Amino acid sequence: MDLTADFVAPTVEWYALAPYIVLLGGALVLLLVGALTPRWPRGWYAMLTASTAGAGGVIAALQFATLADQAPRTLAKGALAHDRFGLLAVIALCVAVVFTSMTTSDAADAAASHAAGGGASPSGDSLEPYSLILTAAIGAAVMVTANDLVVSFLGIEILSISLYVLAASDRRRSASQEAGLKYFVLGGFSSAFLLYGIALVYGTTGQTSLNGIATVLSSEITVPRNDAMLLAGVALLLVGFAFKVSLVPFHSWTPDVYQGAPTHVTGFMASLGKIAAVVAVVRLFVVAFPSRADDWRPAVFVLAVLTLVVGSVLAIVQTDVKRMLAYSSVSHAGFMLVGLEAAGHLGSASASDGVSSALVYVALYSVLAVGSFAAVSVVSHGTTGATGANAAAGAGASLDAFNGLAKTNPVFALGFTVLLLAQAGVPLTSGFVAKFGVIRAAVSTESYVLAVLAMVSAVIAAYLYLRIMVSMWLAEPSSARRTVSFAGRVTLATAAAITLVFGVVPTYLLRLSESLTSLAR
Amino acid sequence: MLAASESAVAFPILTSLVVVPIVGAMAVLAFGRARPEWTKLSALVASIATGALSLWVLQAFDGSDAGFQFVSRHEWIPVWGISWYLGVDGISLFLVVLTGVLFPLVIAGVDPHHDERPYLAWLLVLEAGVMGSFVSLDLFLFFVFFEIVLVPMYFLIGGWGYDERVYAATKFFLFTMAGSAFMLVGIVATALLSRESTGGVTFDLVALAESGALRVTQGRWLFVAFAIAFAVKVPLFPVHTWLPDAHTQAPTAGSVILAGVLLKMGTYGLLRFGVYLFPEASVWARPALYTLAVIGIIYGAIAATMQTDLKRLVAYSSVAHLGFIVLGTFALTDQAVTGGVMQMVNHGVSTGALFLLVGMIYERRHTRQIAELRGLQHVAPVFAGFFMVVMLSSIGLPGLNGFVGEFLILIGSFDTARWWVGVGTTGVILAALYLLWAYQRVFHGEVDDANRNFAELRPREGLLLAAFVAITVFTGVYPKPMLSRIEPSVNALIAHVESRTDYVRPAHAEANSAHDESDDSHDEAGD
Repeated sequence: MDLTADFVAPTVEWYALAPYIVLLGGALVLLLVGALTPRWPRGWYAMLTASTAGAGGVIAALQFATLADQAPRTLAKGALAHDRFGLLAVIALCVAVVFTSMTTSDAADAAASHAAGGGASPSGDSLEPYSLILTAAIGAAVMVTANDLVVSFLGIEILSISLYVLAASDRRRSASQEAGLKYFVLGGFSSAFLLYGIALVYGTTGQTSLNGIATVLSSEITVPRNDAMLLAGVALLLVGFAFKVSLVPFHSWTPDVYQGAPTHVTGFMASLGKIAAVVAVVRLFVVAFPSRADDWRPAVFVLAVLTLVVGSVLAIVQTDVKRMLAYSSVSHAGFMLVGLEAAGHLGSASASDGVSSALVYVALYSVLAVGSFAAVSVVSHGTTGATGANAAAGAGASLDAFNGLAKTNPVFALGFTVLLLAQAGVPLTSGFVAKFGVIRAAVSTESYVLAVLAMVSAVIAAYLYLRIMVSMWLAEPSSARRTVSFAGRVTLATAAAITLVFGVVPTYLLRLSESLTSLAR
Repeated sequence: MLAASESAVAFPILTSLVVVPIVGAMAVLAFGRARPEWTKLSALVASIATGALSLWVLQAFDGSDAGFQFVSRHEWIPVWGISWYLGVDGISLFLVVLTGVLFPLVIAGVDPHHDERPYLAWLLVLEAGVMGSFVSLDLFLFFVFFEIVLVPMYFLIGGWGYDERVYAATKFFLFTMAGSAFMLVGIVATALLSRESTGGVTFDLVALAESGALRVTQGRWLFVAFAIAFAVKVPLFPVHTWLPDAHTQAPTAGSVILAGVLLKMGTYGLLRFGVYLFPEASVWARPALYTLAVIGIIYGAIAATMQTDLKRLVAYSSVAHLGFIVLGTFALTDQAVTGGVMQMVNHGVSTGALFLLVGMIYERRHTRQIAELRGLQHVAPVFAGFFMVVMLSSIGLPGLNGFVGEFLILIGSFDTARWWVGVGTTGVILAALYLLWAYQRVFHGEVDDANRNFAELRPREGLLLAAFVAITVFTGVYPKPMLSRIEPSVNALIAHVESRTDYVRPAHAEANSAHDESDDSHDEAGD
């Protein structure tokens, strides 16, 4: 029998796949050319990474703009979704990559100069972190658009393995190694949950593509044959993603890994990792399991409440800024789940608001996270230069390091304050717009309890941002003026500008978000 | 009805009230580096310009029109039905004027101890936020201003306050923010639940209030959500605990502004966004609010009596005074509500002046402990005289402003909240007790060595206080211009409540009112 006779090669939609191809191309060029040539001058790796991600983002933006009149569709035989929801996520993660690659050279230099005993040292720039950043971006881009459980898993693994290595990338600090290992073990654990969940769902429905699952599930008119197995599969998938998004009670790796990893990598994990995981979980549940919404929504509700409350309460008792921001990122994830919970109210006309508000939240949060961790990176490295012992112990960034920052670096402190106020949800910042969108979605689906709990936990978390602001503005300086590199200044200024612009005139973003709700099926 | 009427004034005066201080803050920051001597000048110019604009509003205000005037409306976030919608009526008019007048006085009269530039910039940002919340007619816009005010106030207390300033500032921020967490959910729910009768989601206060689409239970829950936020801001017992700390630790200017206008955002909010938006729930919740208000009056007065710190004493007296205002607001008679609105302004003037005086004492003696002050009357008679006048106005002596407001509240509330008024009136006596007793301990008696060099009032301080005293005496002797501008709006508000509920104003309270005819016509329209 001639098998090839039946084989139809899938048509490759080069343009629609261009963002992935660009990111992959950039990673390959870095790896191949970089490995074969002598070390490039400082900043060149970063430049290539940033421009690759920038190009990917611009292409995604063009596709986003032209997709308006086309219906969402799938690519590569239903493996990837091509819709505005996914494209906006791709744009947001490209922005995160640009920011991260800009701060990576400084971090590498600081680590190298610390290793050289604080004196002048050759640039610590090397190509590995950049290629890993781009690989992680590919994984994330696949995750946010995956329309098939297997493809989604593929994306998760590409992203996660890159992040494991990045977390351990500061070879001179044992804390970084520890963070990488911890992340690897727990991440592997969660991948096992995911795979088992995928297997059970496949076992019940005979499908791995999200729309295929939805079709099978919705076509059952009688009592489903294997509902227990399906629900177990859905539960395992939820647990697996809860690890990735770091939802309470699956969050315990977050503070340790966020603290131990090099700070710019932490910012990368908090932005890109969060975008990928949140968007993937929203897409999975909304596209594949709408018919089981009444089963998963209560679970999401409980996870959201736990995440919001535990995240914000534990955030305020920390003394290390990186741990604080780690817990705050847990609490923010709770807000994103509020959006998912709203999306689960399928009977309500406003369920689609939940989908778009969760994405808008995570996209705006990723800018805040990457900017905040860039600021922490600058401050903690400044301290490293002064007192090396602190950093050698792997202590991260203690709150004391921020004392009097407003007196030594006023403009820098102001930029960081904007980001902190935005995370606290003060009006006229993007953080408020994000929170308002989520609360609006929750209220319009009549989840009043969740909305009130979310706002109360935001107030609890506000104390944490106030603590950092108190150190910066009201305490006496503990060290001399810190030199902030050009890249650091640009990162912080851009993040603060984005925060304020979307906070004051959110109309454009909100108009876009209205078109996010039609997911490719 | 409080329908908004487009004003003939083309100049966007209310928008300027918000924008001018912001521009001033930017000028302060911009000039400061190059020309430090222009810092204070630009702050003064901006705040005086705002004050002048607010006086212009007062002058151009049509006292016979109960609706919103100088309305300006632009789209802001059309996707969510949010607009830049400003307007002023008799209820907010004098709060706007008070804000406009108080800020230049404070900026001119009180200097910070250090870092003048950020201090002035924060003060101006604060002014913009306060102005904005008094003129907003869009729920979302109001919330934005209501929240944004926390940031400058937080930095003012935290940066320029006294020993426990960080604790006080953080407590202030978190308490108020916790209250507004409920209000935000309430605002969104109000807009979304009324969307069918308002034709799409809108945060327009007038449209929402006139639609009356909420069911009884919905309205009550939402009212509670709003009331929590305003109760923290007022502050009502038992969520008042941030106030003594914030007041005591704040720099003098911060205390004046806090007492003068910030607390009024709570009582104003109860009136504008509580009573107007949820008339049924306001009538339903009256007993609870009366009780809290009266507890506040008595508790504030007793706590004030027991204080050893002069500034804390004044802070607790605010709790008591604000209790009167809440009592008047929910009594829902013309006199009581008018008196409440007037008392908001009066309290701002007299307590503001008291905080100024306490600040001056602290500047001279570096203590606020009553026990360490003695016989100041002998070394600083003019100072003592000003203190006496301001204190008497706070007590409510006839002929001074405090009397008019308090008297109207008590007489107006008697019909609808008789028993509570009976208890609350003792607060007037207690006010005399704690203030006169404090005056006696601080100003009477023999001068000891520590107080012998207490400096007499300086000309600048005298001018500053004279402005406050002038307002006090004028409104005390001739309150009619003020009352006649407040009353039409209050009357329309109560008519709105009557039309939505089975609540009816007591008959003879109407007979005493200056607006009998309009009352009757409104009643018929309402029924």
